[in-house]
Amino acid sequence: MNSELSSIIESLIFSAEAPLSIDRLCELLGEFERDQIKSAVAELVEYYQERAGGFDLAEVAGGWQFRTRPAFHGFITRHIKTRTARFSQSALETLAIVAYRQPVTRAEVEHLRGVDCGGVLKSLLEKHLVRILGKKDIPGRPLIYGTSKDFLEVFGLKDLKSLPTLKEIQALDAVPQYERQEELQLETGTVIEVENQLPFE
Amino acid sequence: MDYNVKLENFEGPLDLLLYLVRKNEIDIEQIPVITITTQYMEYLEIMKVLNLDIAGEFLVVAATLLYLKSRALLPACENDEDSEEAKNTLEDLKRQLLEYQQYKEAGMVIGARALLGREIFVRLDSDPVMKAAQNVEGPLEVSLFELVDAFRVLLQRIPAESFHDVAPGDSLSIADCINEILSLLQEQDTVQFDDLVRDELTRERVIVTFLALLELCRLKLIRIFQGSEFGQIWFVPAVAADSDEGELP
Repeated sequence: MNSELSSIIESLIFSAEAPLSIDRLCELLGEFERDQIKSAVAELVEYYQERAGGFDLAEVAGGWQFRTRPAFHGFITRHIKTRTARFSQSALETLAIVAYRQPVTRAEVEHLRGVDCGGVLKSLLEKHLVRILGKKDIPGRPLIYGTSKDFLEVFGLKDLKSLPTLKEIQALDAVPQYERQEELQLETGTVIEVENQLPFE
Repeated sequence: MDYNVKLENFEGPLDLLLYLVRKNEIDIEQIPVITITTQYMEYLEIMKVLNLDIAGEFLVVAATLLYLKSRALLPACENDEDSEEAKNTLEDLKRQLLEYQQYKEAGMVIGARALLGREIFVRLDSDPVMKAAQNVEGPLEVSLFELVDAFRVLLQRIPAESFHDVAPGDSLSIADCINEILSLLQEQDTVQFDDLVRDELTRERVIVTFLALLELCRLKLIRIFQGSEFGQIWFVPAVAADSDEGELP
């Protein structure tokens, strides 16, 4: 990393509160060309990857942000109280349905899960992971739900397209199903790390 | 007598069905209705014994399963409408199960990601020093809601009026109040909301003052600020002191 521009961008991303998109960077750095900014960001990403330090420059929710490496979460949580409680199975199922089927109504979610989802949806709304997109133009005008920007940030997704497709998830199932299920809710870092590598790299 | 029941927590009837399918190591496509129905009913029975709350949805699926089982036990006759219907019901159930299975797994995959605040962290932005620095630069502009809120707080402070008061002799007009505020603003650059009503804390006074302020705001003669959230509300003249009295109504 040597160009002045990448240093400027680095400082902007460092001091920003939320992920900074390329569009926003272009807006802030009117004196540079979009292509220049893009390649400077790529340079930065490469730099941090090679450095392999405590944090990374990651693309989430359509922007760039410094994020610590998952491997060190055990140390970080020693002094930072984590606010993201773990998600219950029902919350994850509901979230998955909303993420893959959005825009979706509550009745549709309930049909897919076979149970009442009012409470789960409400708590997801409160956590700002799900948002109301509007009302569906059918009798009763039910609310339609979709995932929020926070959802992308919390789950570290670049955009909705970077969710593993349902087909990919089914392919994972070639491994015996019951074992995968057992590993689910474990908080220990090792399991999650291994699982995490699978679909997203 | 003690019995050993290992009951997992099921999210719903589909979850239970899926569990049974997996436990029996069978394919959803070739679901053996009779076996599954028997096992499903056993689980419901256990849940009842354990006094677990059985949601209505469990019973709906139970009814469907029992119907399918009864159809399966009867000899099948050709071109029978009922058996056709049973077949469709079974297909629907299978499809629902397959779909549910997909989303359940998708949920697990999503949940297994490194999550922000669990495995991944970002720099904390709510540094009090930074926040304070931002506040010093310029006061926040107040929203109407906050102004109304300040008004409400003031009203609460006013002692309850007794009902048989004789009407006071001279009533206060908004115009008078506007004049008062403007002359006050000539003496000092900023005025606090509280100061305006300090001497005479009555409901009438507060209401008239509030209306006067809104009127002044509308005429763009003053600006309203708040130093911090829920803090004091301040007023300053909107323009430099040269154009004050000339624009009065």
